[in-house]
Order: sequence, then structure tokens, then C-alpha cells
Amino acid sequence: MARLGIGGWSVRLIVLGIGVALLFAPFLFPGVRAIEVAARICVFIVLVASYDLLIGYTGIVSFAHTMFFGLGAYGVGIALAQHDASWSALILGGAAGVLAALVLAVLIALLSLRVKAIFFAMVTLAVASVALVLASQLSNLTGGEDGVTYSAPDLFSPATALFHDATGRTARFFGVRMDGKIAAYYFIFGGSLVLYLILLRVTVSPLGTVLKAIRENEARAEALGYRVVAYRTFVFGFTAVMAALAGVLYATWLQYTGPDTTLSFEIMVDILLMVVIGGMGTMWGAVIGAAALVMAQYYLRDLMQAASDALAGLPLLPDLLNPDRWLLWLGIVFILLVYFFPAGIAGTLAGRETRK
Amino acid sequence: MPPSLETRDLTIRFGGHVAVNAVSCAFHPGELTVIVGPNGAGKTTYFNLISGQLRASSGQVLKDGRDIGRLAPSGRARAGVGRAFQLTNLFPELSVLENIRLAVQARSGVGRQFLRRASGHRELIEQAEGYLAQTRLTEVAHQPASALSHGDQRKLEVALLLAMEPDVFMFDEPTAGMSLDHAPDVLDLIAEIKKDRSRTVLLVEHKMDVVRALADRIIVLHNGTLLADGKPAEVMASDLVREVYLGKRGAA
Ligand SMILES: Nc1ncnc2c1ncn2[C@@H]1O[C@H](COP(=O)(O)OP(=O)(O)OP(=O)(O)O)[C@@H](O)[C@H]1O
Ligand SMILES: [Mg+2]
Repeated sequence: MARLGIGGWSVRLIVLGIGVALLFAPFLFPGVRAIEVAARICVFIVLVASYDLLIGYTGIVSFAHTMFFGLGAYGVGIALAQHDASWSALILGGAAGVLAALVLAVLIALLSLRVKAIFFAMVTLAVASVALVLASQLSNLTGGEDGVTYSAPDLFSPATALFHDATGRTARFFGVRMDGKIAAYYFIFGGSLVLYLILLRVTVSPLGTVLKAIRENEARAEALGYRVVAYRTFVFGFTAVMAALAGVLYATWLQYTGPDTTLSFEIMVDILLMVVIGGMGTMWGAVIGAAALVMAQYYLRDLMQAASDALAGLPLLPDLLNPDRWLLWLGIVFILLVYFFPAGIAGTLAGRETRK
Repeated sequence: MPPSLETRDLTIRFGGHVAVNAVSCAFHPGELTVIVGPNGAGKTTYFNLISGQLRASSGQVLKDGRDIGRLAPSGRARAGVGRAFQLTNLFPELSVLENIRLAVQARSGVGRQFLRRASGHRELIEQAEGYLAQTRLTEVAHQPASALSHGDQRKLEVALLLAMEPDVFMFDEPTAGMSLDHAPDVLDLIAEIKKDRSRTVLLVEHKMDVVRALADRIIVLHNGTLLADGKPAEVMASDLVREVYLGKRGAA
């Protein structure tokens, strides 16, 4: 049962560690940048986990995942930018984005899930490209390349005090100001946690087993009486909704929505890398992959700067570790990871433990 | 008694080659029909047409009088037509128990539940364990199907069909490539199925002793055509069948 996502203890321990770190992130890692990283990890865990359900569990290759992510985000972004920063605008905009994602996903699925996997992947690529073009063309709605900036509901404003201390100022817990930013972070954390737990539950449900059966041997699943096309359509629509909800969370957090943060193919590549690094078809891998890649993207440069400074005076090394070369090093780290963890970190660790 | 399964003029062409040629035949509950014929006769193709892996060029497939010829394989399975494959056809990375549970679950209709734990359906797991015990696979229940020996994989293939609990059981050379100590297990299971008079069994088998022991009726396919149909003794005694079966003596 190497790939079943049951996982060995070391995988669970790592995931638990990441979960605890995220839960206490505002207190453990104070600072604007750290909380930015933590929120991004939360959202990407949902995004990657939902993509894993699609590609790792069911075996469907899609390049439209960021499009669904973007639909949720733009729903919120446009609604909040056009109206006031109210909860009703957030909820209605988010709901519209999620619904659009669902309808589009079901349409794509019904029209093309019957064809060969490679054609399906191409269709998703084409539709996602169109969405990207539309987002930049419909600029009076979407803000084009610049995107839209807006305010979230007041609760999430940095000026909002969640608690007051004796003097009437914003209270501090463990030195951290209890302001709207904290509320926003826990909104993102809680929302992501709920969505992730739902995804996790799906993988151990009766339907989850059918999805794995379809990945393993589609014709046999059909011969047992499962309507493979219906299951595929369901999972494509379901993961689209999950991605769109992740988009809703991220747009609420960033108070900005643009092609670079939600729609671009760079994000699609990030998701693919996270799924591969974490381990396909494991669900735990989403947590590990998202945490690892987001951290690398934010901190590798700092780390290299520090290393380069520390080694100043030595020949060649400081130059090799110049922060400008961070993408090169990121690439090398990927290659090493794929070499030493061919089934992803979660997949390979779990596999080692079950084989003992 | 009305037939539970019937094919009428069932035909399929691959390009110019007619692999199954206007085969009309009815199969009744309580009856075990062995289908014989040389390699390439069209036995597997006939099964594929019945269970829906292939669409007929013309002709009909009737289950309890209803035309199921346009249904997808899943629809035919739900209509009570079950099939085991000649080439082992399993879910290789899933455990043996999960393989069986999938078959049990397909007929129970809980496959659509996505927010409940599969492990909460004790009754499905217990049923699955029953089929494992029946096919003597309990010991390997938690191994991935791909890790099984060839003989155990053949047994799992049979167990999947049993777990479907269909009205019509189709076995395609279930003992092919099995060692002599495994084969009797499988044949006993098939004999067991036969005892339930509401079930219809179709069996493709080459081994003549097996045929003799189990068959109520034999049909002979040759070049896609139904060549003979009758009681085992009659069919095996006929010159035509001997000619087809015992090498090309007639043609030489
Ligand atoms: N999908 C297909 N496309 C083209 N030809 C096919 C296809 N399936 C079967 N055939 C041909 O139809 C004929 C019958 O094949 P089939 O597998 O039904 O024989 P069989 O009686 O099951 O033989 P065996 O005893 O070897 O299993 C063969 O000539 C085969 O090559
Ligand atoms: Mg055959």
C-alpha cells in the first residue's frame, strides 16, 4: 500500500509539525513577510491537495487548475472593488466565482473527458489560455495586467482592534498586536484547514477508492459497474470548486487580485512542482510540497545572501552563492529531490516505512 | 423458463474480418454453458460484445428480454451481467481487500458517497472478507494485487466476479496458466455457483476434463460462427467438432 496516502509516522510527524507551525505562525514568526509566507502556504496546501485529488488519485491531467483558482479570486476581487468592502459583497462575489468555476468545469468535462487523456490536457490548456487573455482584455472589470486592488471587510483591516488592553489600545498577546491582520490570518488558516480536511476525507471515502480504481484500471472499474465518465466529471467539478474556494481565501487575504497572483501559468507550474515534490496521490504531500516550495521561493535568496556574505573573501564560492543565482539553485534542489525522493517526499518516506 | 441472456444475430467486423458472425444463442438460469473453440475462434470477442467492451456491428444482446446492446459496460454490469477476464485485469496498486470491496461497493450503490469514511461501512468490508475466504485469499488481503503470484491473481479475478453477484457469470479461461493445485479451487467455486438455480454461467474452457465435469451444455465457436450447440455428450461425439478440435485433420 505504498501510495495510499496512509503514510508512515515520519510523514505524519512532518505534516503535524507544519500544521502546528502554521497554527502559531503569527506568534512564532513575527513580521509582515513571515505571515505573508504562512498565509500563502495555507492557500497553496488547498490548491495542491485539490490538484492531487485530480492528478494523483484519479489520474486526470489538467492545466486549468489556476483558472479555477483565478475565478474564485476574481469573483471576490471584482465584487469588493465594485462595491463596498462588505461581507455580503465578499460572499456574493466568492459564490459567483465558485459557481462559474463549477459550471465551466462540468462543461469542459462533459465535452472532453471522453477523449484521450492527452487531448483532455490540451483542452484544459487552451481554455486556461483563453481565460488568461480574457482577464487582461476585460480591463474595466478585471483591471487588466494590473489587476484590482480593494479592501477586505473591516474586521480584516490592520486598524481594527480585536481586543483592547486596559488603556483602550489594541491588546498584545506574546508581543503580537491583536489587529485585523491576525483575524485575516486565522480566517485563511481556518478556511484552508476545513477545505483540506474535506479533501482528506474524500480520499478515504467510498468514492475515493473508486477514483483510485479509475487511475489504476479504468476499463475494469467500468466493468464492475462504475460509470467512469460520471466519476471523472464529478471529481473535475469538485476540485474546481475547491480551487476556486482557495482563490476566494487568497483574494481576501491579499486584497489584490491580478493575473500574476492567481491565473498565470507560473502558478500552474508551481502547483505541479509542489505535487511532485510532496508526492502524488498522498494528500500529505500537498502540505510538504507547498510548505517547501513557498519557503524556498521566499527565503532561498536571503539564505544565499547570508551564505555569500559569510564566505566573502574565499574564491568563487561567494559568487556562486550570489542571490541572483537563486533560480539555478532552486533547480538543483529540485533535481536532487526528485533523484532522492522519486515518489515525492511523502510518497518515498511512506513507501520506505511500509516496506520494512 | 425464459432465457436470462440471449444474443440475436450478434456480429462484429474488424475491417474485413468477421470475428463474431451472426451468433444467436439463449442462456437459461441454472444452466452452465461451456464455450469451446480453437484459438482465435471469437470466444473472448463474443464475451466482449455481451459485457460491452465492444459494440456489435449488428445484432442484439438481451438481458431478461431487455436490449442492453447500447449500454456502456457499467450499465450492463448493473443490469446483472458480470465478467471475469482472460488476461488478468485488476487494480494493481490497491490491496486485495480493496479490489474486492470495489466490486461489493459497486452493487451496493455507496460509491457516490464522498464525505463518509469507507471504513465506516463495516458490512461491505465483511462481505468482501467473505469472498476472500471463499477464494482462499484471506492471507494476502492487505497486499497490493500486483504483489500476488499468478495463481492468486487469477483467483482474485474470479473473486471480483463473485463479489459482483451478477445474474450472469462469464468466465474466460479462469484456470489458464494456473498450477494444478490452484485450478481445482477455482473449478469448485464455479461448481458452487451453479448450485444456485437462479444463476446463468458461461465458461470458456479448453481443458476437456473440466468441460466434462461442469458442462450442462456445450457450444462450439469456429471462425466466429456457432458451429454446434447441445448436450456435452452429443457435441463431443460429433465429427464436426472433432475435426475443428483435434488439429486440422480434416483439412490435411
Ligand atoms: N479489437 C480487435 N481488433 C481487431 N481484431 C480483433 C480484435 N479483437 C479480436 N480480434 C480478432 O478476432 C478474432 C477472435 O479473437 P478472440 O480473442 O475472440 O479469440 P478467442 O476465441 O478468445 O481465442 P483464444 O482461445 O486465443 O482466447 C481473432 O482473429 C482476433 O485477432
Ligand atoms: Mg480468448
